[in-house]
Amino acid sequence: MLAYVIRRVFQSIIVLLVVGLVAFSMFRFVGDPIDNMLGQERTDADIDRLRTQLGLDQPFPVQYVKFLKGAAEGNFGVSFRQGRPVATIIAERLPATLELAAVSGLLAIVLGVALGVLTAIYRDGIASNIVMTLSLIGVSLPTFLIGILLIYLFSVELNWLPSFGRGDVVQVGFWSTGFLTASGLKALILPSITLGLYQMTLIMRLVRSEMLEVLRQEYIRFARARGLRDKSVHFRHALKNTLVPVITVTGLQLGAIIAFAIITETVFQWPGVGLLFINAIQFVDIPVMAAYLMLISVMFVGINLIVDLLYYAIDPRLHSDKSAKAH
Amino acid sequence: MIDSLQRAWRSDFLWSFSRSPVAVVSFLVVLVMVLGAVLAPWIAPHNPFDPATLNLMNGFSSPMEPNAFTGDVFWLGTDDQGRDVFSTILYGMRISLFVGFTAVLFAMVLGISLGLLAGYVGGWVETIIMRVADVQLTFPAILVAMLIFGIAKGFTPVHLRDQMAIWVLIIAIGLSDWVQFARVVRGATLVEKNKEYIQAAKLNGRKPLGIMSLHILPNVLSPVLVIATISLALAIISEATLSFLGVGAPPTQPSLGTLIRIGQGYLFSGEWWILFYPAVTLLVLALSVNLLGDWLRDALNPKLR
Amino acid sequence: MMKKLMLATAVAACAAGSIAQAESLRWARAGDALTLDPHAQNEGPTSALLHQIMEPLVMRDMSGAMVPALATSWAPSEENPNVWVFNLREGVKYHDGADFDSEDVVFSLNRAMTPDSDYKELLASVKEVRAAGPMTVEIETDGPNPIMPNNLTNMFIMDKDWAEANNAVKVQDFEGGEETFAARNANGTGSYKLVSREPDVKTVLTANADYWGSGEFPMQVQDVVFTPIQNQATRIAALLSGEVDFIQDVPVQDLQRVAAASDLKVITAPQNRVIFFGMNQGDDDLAADDVEGKNPLADKRVRMAMNMAINREAIKKVVMRDQSIPAGIAMPPFVNGWTKELDVVPETDNEKAKAMMSEAGYEDGFSIRLDCPNDRYINDEAICQAAVGMLAQIGVKVQLDAKPKAQHFPLISNLETDFYMLGWGVPTYDSEYIFNFLVHTKGEKYGSWNGTRFSNPEIDAKIEALASETALDNRNQMIAEIWQVVQDEQLYIPIHHQVLNWGMSNKIDTIVAPDDAAKFKYFKLN
Repeated sequence: MLAYVIRRVFQSIIVLLVVGLVAFSMFRFVGDPIDNMLGQERTDADIDRLRTQLGLDQPFPVQYVKFLKGAAEGNFGVSFRQGRPVATIIAERLPATLELAAVSGLLAIVLGVALGVLTAIYRDGIASNIVMTLSLIGVSLPTFLIGILLIYLFSVELNWLPSFGRGDVVQVGFWSTGFLTASGLKALILPSITLGLYQMTLIMRLVRSEMLEVLRQEYIRFARARGLRDKSVHFRHALKNTLVPVITVTGLQLGAIIAFAIITETVFQWPGVGLLFINAIQFVDIPVMAAYLMLISVMFVGINLIVDLLYYAIDPRLHSDKSAKAH
Repeated sequence: MIDSLQRAWRSDFLWSFSRSPVAVVSFLVVLVMVLGAVLAPWIAPHNPFDPATLNLMNGFSSPMEPNAFTGDVFWLGTDDQGRDVFSTILYGMRISLFVGFTAVLFAMVLGISLGLLAGYVGGWVETIIMRVADVQLTFPAILVAMLIFGIAKGFTPVHLRDQMAIWVLIIAIGLSDWVQFARVVRGATLVEKNKEYIQAAKLNGRKPLGIMSLHILPNVLSPVLVIATISLALAIISEATLSFLGVGAPPTQPSLGTLIRIGQGYLFSGEWWILFYPAVTLLVLALSVNLLGDWLRDALNPKLR
Repeated sequence: MMKKLMLATAVAACAAGSIAQAESLRWARAGDALTLDPHAQNEGPTSALLHQIMEPLVMRDMSGAMVPALATSWAPSEENPNVWVFNLREGVKYHDGADFDSEDVVFSLNRAMTPDSDYKELLASVKEVRAAGPMTVEIETDGPNPIMPNNLTNMFIMDKDWAEANNAVKVQDFEGGEETFAARNANGTGSYKLVSREPDVKTVLTANADYWGSGEFPMQVQDVVFTPIQNQATRIAALLSGEVDFIQDVPVQDLQRVAAASDLKVITAPQNRVIFFGMNQGDDDLAADDVEGKNPLADKRVRMAMNMAINREAIKKVVMRDQSIPAGIAMPPFVNGWTKELDVVPETDNEKAKAMMSEAGYEDGFSIRLDCPNDRYINDEAICQAAVGMLAQIGVKVQLDAKPKAQHFPLISNLETDFYMLGWGVPTYDSEYIFNFLVHTKGEKYGSWNGTRFSNPEIDAKIEALASETALDNRNQMIAEIWQVVQDEQLYIPIHHQVLNWGMSNKIDTIVAPDDAAKFKYFKLN
């Protein structure tokens, strides 16, 4: 067991290094920060001087090693755009993204599981067919368009909900939260629907198909035959059995939500790390881009690692699988 | 043996297809759209990709109303450059479908090969492939697209630039999609490879390549087909999203996604047709493909029938 | 919590002392200021925000006229033609209560001349800045510099003691890896005080009750809440839904909708910015074309044919919806040197253009890449796209490569593009500024934005001589001569002068500033 854990952690670290390398190498293609940092009135001599000062004239491997050294100490350098330590900026912006992701994730799970169960139980009902089709419409349009349409309907035409930003936030220690004010909660509605819609559909369909499968199995039929009430059959037995795959998928999707918050945050001017990243791309703010990518990678690889380890701990078949592979 | 199995599967498949109105309608819609896209050069009133034929003064014509400057009439109106929206949708669909199909094909070939390899060979090969899959999942398609875009730019001659953008999209979307295929195929391979008939084939001296393609691959075709269909819808949507972020098809040769990006700028100004028609086309296309994929999954999963 | 508390107390404190009605203004535009350090970034949105908080010696009012700010009067010295004398305003205080004097001006201008400053080119001719008394400053230049005050309109003055106390003597230091205190804090003499700032999220300002100009300017806006909103559709939605009161960049297609809304209006004025295409005419062969061993753009007839093929009127009507002024010269009308005759819009004549193309040996045309930004100028990508169609009419097959500005501008400075779009604003309102960057041979000190590879030693000498030519008539004559060459050579293909569109709530009463810098002290509310 311990050997497996160590090996798996070791692999994860290599993955992180590779992600870092790929991420870093692509910065050279995103553009050149120098022209943004110097204004209209810069001379060619200024360009050379700043390039040297930022170390951008050094060979790429040297830059990467420098970045890794800094990252190991928690120092991601200074943002070219804001002139502030990247770690500070990310720490400031992370709460906005995490709150948005949490609400979207919650929305996706609660609605997804509920609708999934209902559409499975009333498999051939009109309502469940409508829900299934509507959910497909939701994932058949690009996220940015859904966001803009929501803004058009609820902000401009109906004037019910804000079109941008987080509303008023309250600072609790280092964490800025929008949960404690009315305007903060209102501001969360449209972005979280936009972001969570895809995952909701995914979970709903997964729960539905797992439920359908479980409902046909012997022991459920047996339970029915024993005279257990429908409700008890559906929830105590069937739903319980669908939860393992649902939790796995949800875990993996959580990382995806955070990564793909980029688009939602751009549409709603949501001041999170996704918007920070898009701004960084536009400005070629290399330190911010690098730190963001590392953050996302750590999150993904971390989730992956935990899921894998949990599987290993829970599922004894994997042990035998390993030994089978040995010969 | 496999032949007879497949024949049975096919007839059963067709029977179930003809019994499902949703599947039939979706299939017909997709068919019509694919035909429209393929035949665009013959059925579109204009060629919106030929800049020499455009008249800027035709810009922003309302559907079915004569243009204020030129008096020309366009069924679905024109966009900001004076392109006929109907023709542009047909041509745009061509690009979207081409990108979608090719990207999925690319992802499928890559994913199946790597999945088979990982599952069958195991050991460090498997470790490397599956860890690369992890890395791949980490990278949002937009980043992959930008990376490839930048690299490709350095190598492409000027007059091929526009085509290059399309291939960049295909590779970027394909690269972010192959993991699913690889995971499914690897899983199935792990299950199959210890079964007796494979062991028997091995003992009979079959080469690994033969075993993989003849014995293991047919077993994973159904899930692969389902994933491919859903991936197709996803790829068409991804293409649209990427063009919102500015790494999509070039504006002079717009795809459906590029058209929607252009059109969303006119949502508030009353020129609704520039957004509406391309968006509805995308919606109908993706929805039909998704419904088809849905039905396919149910049809190919005997447990649910 | 802390921030909110501070805001509340600051608002209360100011409301008590002010006669004007306590109104707040919610302001949005596409981009945020990059920093609050007054000398780190010479960039539109940055100085627009800083103008609320800090002041230069001389500033431009909302109509673009030069008016006294921290200097009350200025003139060349009578003894030495190389010296400008500035008399400073008495009794001005910084937001923290410190007094303003000549020491701060000397410190600030010297700070603006350090290598890390983004303003040093504007002060390149300055030899020394010295205090000639507590309220007098002398600026000595290498030779006589007739337009010195024009270069100072965005040159903000900061308190020397404050900068020293807060370790902000140096402009942004990337090497040190530390944030300069001045990047996020500001202590100016301006009409508004900084209450709070989160870069890219929100910046809050409140009126300075002790402002020296309280009696002079309306000062009716009490608080300013500034939020950058990048996405165009979201920004316009925020204005339409009443979540913001004032946006600076209304997309041209949305002007009608905004104007039609009962509580909103749009005001419009020409901007001090011209949009044009540049062509590589200097190289022997181009990388971005399909002609082997020859540079079609080196042939003046080709450049003139391309110029003739552009239908500026159609671009104005359809792409810009009448919100542009077609241009015949790459110089905004505000600039010294501009004449109506120079700015005559060339006739669109495809037949003649085609004839010139075949005269030059390109009757079958050629193909070339056009590099274009897609997030910098108003409808930049759409203009380029329209040009693609127009150039196709005379056989020039253009591959459009539109990309974000961060990728576009390096192509020009690294000479990696042969055909490109560029826009140019002229903060000094003088032709010399254009020549220095766009016409002079590209080199260490001059011509850094000249992507045309045009190089003419005679013109270079003339441009360099402009800096110290004090006889205005002579100088204007030289400017006219240089422009004549630029026009004759068809160095650039001018498209149009940009027009600014400000969308705002009906309660705001202002005019549009040609440099796009809204100065809220001038705003009236009704």
